[in-house]
Amino acid sequence: MNNKNLREEVLRISGVNPKKCMRCGKCSATCPAYDEMEYHPHQFVYMVESGDISSLLDSESLYRCLSCFACIDRCPRNVEPAKLVEAIRLSKIRKQGANHMTANDVPALLDEDMPQQAIVSAFRKYSK
Amino acid sequence: MKVSYFPGCTLKNKAKVLDLYARKSAEVLGVTLEEIDNWQCCGGVFTTARDEVATKLSSVRALMAARDSGQPLVTVCSACHNVIKQTNNAMISDAEFADKANRYLSCDSPYAGDAKVYHYLEMLRDLVGFDALKEKVVNPLNGKKIAAYYGCLLLRPGSVMKMDDPENPTIMEDMLRALGGDAVICGKRNECCGGYIAMESPTLAKKSSNSVVENAIAAGAEMIITACPLCRYNLIKNGSPIPVVYFTEILAEALGIKEDIHE
Amino acid sequence: MQRIGVFVCWCGSNIAGTVDVKAVAEALKNEPGVVFSTNYQYMCSQAGQDMIKAAIAGHKLGGIVVCSCSPRMHEATFRKTASQAGINPYMVEIANIREQCSWVHKDMATGTEKAIILGKAAVAKVNLNTPLTPGESPVTKRALVIGGGIAGIQTALDIADAGFPVDIVETKPTIGGKMAQLDKTFPTLDCAACILTPKMVEVAQHENIRIFSYSEVSEIKGFVGNFDVTIKRKARYVKEDICTGCGACVEKCPMKKIPNEFNLGMDNRSAVYIPFAQAVPKVATIDPNACNMLKNGRCGICAKVCTAGAIDYTQKDEYIEEKYGAIVAATGFNPISMDKFDEFAYSQSKDVITSLEFERLTNAAGPTAGKLLRPSDGKHPHTIVFVQCVGSRCSACTEKGKEYCSKICCMYTAKHAMLTRDKYPDTEVYVFYIDVRTPGKNFDEFYRRAVEEYGVNYIKGMVGKVTPEGSKLKVQASDLIANKQLHIDADLVVLAAAIEPDKSARPLATMLTASMDTNDFFTEAHPKLRPVESPTAGVFLSGTCQGPKDIPETVSQAGAAASKVIGLLAKDKLTGNPCIAKSDEWMCNGCSSCGKVCAYGAITYEEKEFRLPDRTTKIRRVASVNPAVCQGCGACTVTCPSGAMDLNGFTTTQIMAEVDAICK
Repeated sequence: MNNKNLREEVLRISGVNPKKCMRCGKCSATCPAYDEMEYHPHQFVYMVESGDISSLLDSESLYRCLSCFACIDRCPRNVEPAKLVEAIRLSKIRKQGANHMTANDVPALLDEDMPQQAIVSAFRKYSK
Repeated sequence: MKVSYFPGCTLKNKAKVLDLYARKSAEVLGVTLEEIDNWQCCGGVFTTARDEVATKLSSVRALMAARDSGQPLVTVCSACHNVIKQTNNAMISDAEFADKANRYLSCDSPYAGDAKVYHYLEMLRDLVGFDALKEKVVNPLNGKKIAAYYGCLLLRPGSVMKMDDPENPTIMEDMLRALGGDAVICGKRNECCGGYIAMESPTLAKKSSNSVVENAIAAGAEMIITACPLCRYNLIKNGSPIPVVYFTEILAEALGIKEDIHE
Repeated sequence: MQRIGVFVCWCGSNIAGTVDVKAVAEALKNEPGVVFSTNYQYMCSQAGQDMIKAAIAGHKLGGIVVCSCSPRMHEATFRKTASQAGINPYMVEIANIREQCSWVHKDMATGTEKAIILGKAAVAKVNLNTPLTPGESPVTKRALVIGGGIAGIQTALDIADAGFPVDIVETKPTIGGKMAQLDKTFPTLDCAACILTPKMVEVAQHENIRIFSYSEVSEIKGFVGNFDVTIKRKARYVKEDICTGCGACVEKCPMKKIPNEFNLGMDNRSAVYIPFAQAVPKVATIDPNACNMLKNGRCGICAKVCTAGAIDYTQKDEYIEEKYGAIVAATGFNPISMDKFDEFAYSQSKDVITSLEFERLTNAAGPTAGKLLRPSDGKHPHTIVFVQCVGSRCSACTEKGKEYCSKICCMYTAKHAMLTRDKYPDTEVYVFYIDVRTPGKNFDEFYRRAVEEYGVNYIKGMVGKVTPEGSKLKVQASDLIANKQLHIDADLVVLAAAIEPDKSARPLATMLTASMDTNDFFTEAHPKLRPVESPTAGVFLSGTCQGPKDIPETVSQAGAAASKVIGLLAKDKLTGNPCIAKSDEWMCNGCSSCGKVCAYGAITYEEKEFRLPDRTTKIRRVASVNPAVCQGCGACTVTCPSGAMDLNGFTTTQIMAEVDAICK
């Protein structure tokens, strides 16, 4: 998929209009996973708007969003950056063999108290 | 009063007590939690992508079952609550998605978002009432300083959850007060604990969880309550020096039935 | 049938470039009633007007059609021409063949065809025109200013200086408004009180100004030049004319724990109080919700200590009625509530404050006597974070905050930051901004001084979360230029809360039948060309009730509003617009539909006796239009189900004739 089509696809499935962004940076100010990310929430918005999606697709940042909805709730322009992160992550892992986590990886990551909720959530975010 | 009940996967496994205390306390309060038949895991997190249909069907099935029973749908786990409420909202606000979901399920009467979804806390507030709850307390918490930790999933997105002010909630504090506890307010009560990232990046989860616990202790809390198994796991796993318990546990304690419940 | 002359203007090449003006003049010659038709390069020029006058005299014309630019441009010109030539000005019709024809069409054929059609419609209308004469109404030479902040004060002073009596109605016990609460003012840093209080005193002493403080407007009737207003003077339980403002009652009052509104609740006042030392009028007021004597009859100390005998616990609200020629709205603003923005922890910590609260904390007459101390523990803050745009510039879909820029926050924040660094150089000051907006005289220079000379840390980014922890406020923010998330342990966080119109503005607008926008700011008659007038005649706008403004802008607008009021009051009589609605009483069935749609309150109903053909009489309810209030909008004419309502100059038959001419 070329960049333009990819951009359209991301906008369509996320329902986000990055043009609404006024570049205040409140999403990145509120993000609890900020320091773990190569590209930060406000950069997702700007990079999608300018069409630079390939860099995002190759970044581990896709798997650092906690889906805590803080950026969605606190954005004064109702841009909803987390929905962009999700859409790009899906664009990536929907491709065959592109899963970020497989069943084989799981046992090593578990401890005996880890709730099922963590495993199903991670699976939903990391694999298709 | 009877309500439909969606326990979710974790409450059948690692968080059995959350479920047991919830059921037993509800009974004392005159509410029967009727577990819906053949429920399936909600998936843990809501997928915001509008073209994701299959991952949301288990929630639609649960909602449909509640609708058919004519009862509100009650959840206890923050994650189930979040996924089911967001799915219900999508069924109302996104016609394209609703159409696809209904076609998948090919049931006689399509689902249009008509079930009422309550978190257990909302059930306490809106169906039982905190005043009525207060009357049932036999074992008041004696002013114990307790911080309510909401995490992220219970309140956000505020426009969909519509449970409480997402930045300044009172529902768990009001419950604590009804139970005779001293609700300690800490600023980080609505910040994420790190969630499922604990699988991949335990350092991030540790950082997030520690800041929540430190904040609660600085505010004078002797105990933290939560509605989310993953929050509780993260907070305890990362070394909380004060107890972290499910809100249903102190509810059962105040109602005087905690001792009757065994895993 | 009229004898009609048609005058087609070229407007240089503006019209002639796309419309064959000769062909238009030629085609219109054959229309019914047309006895003369010509074209000319500039019809509005003196030569063009002389040509019209000559034709009116020479061809005994009864009506004319000018095919030219928009009537907004030159209708008045040609009406005057017609009047000078001896025909009624309302026998003139303009066919707009420029804005609505030549400027929007590209080829000559289409343009010409449309110009002919527009000309035909105008001819059809003139055939049905009748001479109209505007009515006249007297003007009450007194103005009412609602709101006693700097806007109302300035407007009142300017009107009063021109020799007209003015009344100021202020809901609080004193005039002065928000400006009285400020410390210093940007960009010159003069002290607000030092420049405001002399004006307050001037108002109090002005022979043409009366102040109704602690009062509200409760009813407005009438119309431009003739408003009848009822003013409610709330009982202050102190005789205003006897009280000397000595303060003995305030000192002795045992109820001392009432949150002090003037200091935004950051300290307390007594139940009997004078808001601040320079209050005007300097008269005590008893708060009925706090006074024991008024609540349960157990006290009465203030009456005992008052040597002047001014205390009167039996005082009642009083209503006075007064007539005014003009009304000025100057109801001002308030910061919005921070309820929906608790990510900044305003409700959780006393040390998270709004900028207006910061003003009080730095004001010598404030709760800390001007020392910058934290509200929580009275300690000096060493790290202060200012957050801009809190609740401003929010998308409507977030359902919190305001969509507009509040305009004043960038400058007052720069002022706060600069003054803090000036007075307390050991204090680190951070300002989080989205954009710094400084379009005003010496404004950007001021902001740059804050950065360059005073070392304020301006950070492009936003605060996402403030968490109180111990005695600190943990501020989590973004620095978009460094591409970093920042964590600052602050002692004080100051929120630049958006501003919104005062809550009294909406009910006032209803009483005035003045229009408002979706944010409850008063709408001006024209956003560029009539910025201080409401679309409702006789109602003028001063200050922030019309939109966010700083002090210099408010004062300019207040003066402009005053000059408009003076212009109105200087007239002995007002000439109305004759193109107003009239009701055919025989057709009207009194259904009230017209009254409901009238935005100006021009329609009333009366029981009238009618003599019927069989010589009996019958009392019927019929609509009556007040010609001085009607603005001729036509809403009533299209609403009337029985066709009784019609608009002079735009009657239904005239409009149908135009439509027929176009469709022919």
